[in-house]
Amino acid sequence: MEPPPHPTGARVEFRDVGVRYGESAAAAVAGVELTIAAGAFAVLLGPSGCGKSTLLRTINRLIEPTSGTVLIDGVDVRSREPTLLRRSIGYAIQAVGLFPHYTVARNIAVVPDLLGWDAARIAARVDELLALVKLEPSRYRERLPRELSGGEAQRVGVARALAAEPRVLLMDEPFAAVDAIVRASLQDEIARVHRELGTTIVFVTHDVDEALRLADRIVVMNAGRIVQEAAPDELTASPANDFVRSLVGVDALTRRLALQRPLVER
Amino acid sequence: MSYLVAHAARVAGLLGQHVALVAASLAIALAIALPLGVLAARRRRAGTFILGTAGVLYTIPSLALLALLVAALGLGAPTAIVALVVYAQMILIRAVVAGLRGVDPALVDAARGLGLSARQRLLRVEFPAALPVVLAGVRVAAVTLVALATVAAWIDAGGLGVLLFEGIHTQNDDKIVAGALAAAALAVVADLALRGCERAVRR
Repeated sequence: MEPPPHPTGARVEFRDVGVRYGESAAAAVAGVELTIAAGAFAVLLGPSGCGKSTLLRTINRLIEPTSGTVLIDGVDVRSREPTLLRRSIGYAIQAVGLFPHYTVARNIAVVPDLLGWDAARIAARVDELLALVKLEPSRYRERLPRELSGGEAQRVGVARALAAEPRVLLMDEPFAAVDAIVRASLQDEIARVHRELGTTIVFVTHDVDEALRLADRIVVMNAGRIVQEAAPDELTASPANDFVRSLVGVDALTRRLALQRPLVER
Repeated sequence: MSYLVAHAARVAGLLGQHVALVAASLAIALAIALPLGVLAARRRRAGTFILGTAGVLYTIPSLALLALLVAALGLGAPTAIVALVVYAQMILIRAVVAGLRGVDPALVDAARGLGLSARQRLLRVEFPAALPVVLAGVRVAAVTLVALATVAAWIDAGGLGVLLFEGIHTQNDDKIVAGALAAAALAVVADLALRGCERAVRR
């Protein structure tokens, strides 16, 4: 296989990271020690309110940890100006958040435009990305977000997140709002994109099947702490405690079998 | 109707003054309301204070406000414009605040996450998304000012109110009808034109 056309992903590290909203409230995230290897597909998995989104958002400084340090390739994210840091990191969310008054092409071009790329380079990149997310450029370039289906909008959201060739891509429940069939196809696409680009992906979900299907490392969280960090087959084979066991469920064996015949080629 | 026909040129002149009064007031009012509205939408305490103050000013009867302003600033169009600007604040600031607070939070989150600065978010994402609501406020303010500006004639600021006051003093109903019809027509035209703008941006 050819080497990825872009630099491979960056390493993301959390050193004793804690996040507390307000003085008295319980910590949203506490004592997180985690290294996500360069090029990994890491899934933060847990129930709502477990701190997984909060932890994700410390990577691009949408949330500042109240203690500890987040590093990208060994560099403290606090050493970089937040807006500049964010432009170097892909960001895709469940609600997509496409700018409604921008065409698809202009939406995808947001970050390259902020970075001052010239028009020709941006136009070429937009077409390249539309092809990458399986949307015919000539058909979709000039459409407005309201003319897209939910699945198409999320494909554009992924293309926008990848536009400036980020070495880290953050995805917060990106496929939770689309129906099961579209979700499966989007999962296939993001797995393929990950293989092709080698970008480090940090992906938040509460959906165990989605985590098992996509991740090469799963980080299970509960009440702001990491409960277990493992490869998918290891997680199903030996859950660290009852919480993880109940999360992966009684169907653990079935799930392990499902992993043996992945729906995406590996 | 006879006055309107016989003195079309005079009515047109007063209509022109009326339009100028409203347009100048609306432009100045917007220039003040936009930054205040942004501040009010961003900071809860500042918002309470700004909207409260604008609300209190709005409740002052127009004649009383004009009388007070005349005492401070004298007669004439500038004084009338100040009064109209004050009245428009309440409507416009509310519209800006409602527009900005109504912007889809996911849109703002995405814009932040992609690396737009606060200023870029406001100009490229939040204002365009809030524009239909803001324009609706501008429309209501314009129609309100067309009506209020008739009172400006009372302090020698000109406009269609001149016909109304002259008509009342000389018991010339024809003049009153002419002034009222012209003002009503102006309000309707302003309303329709701004509705057209709203539709265009909502598209």
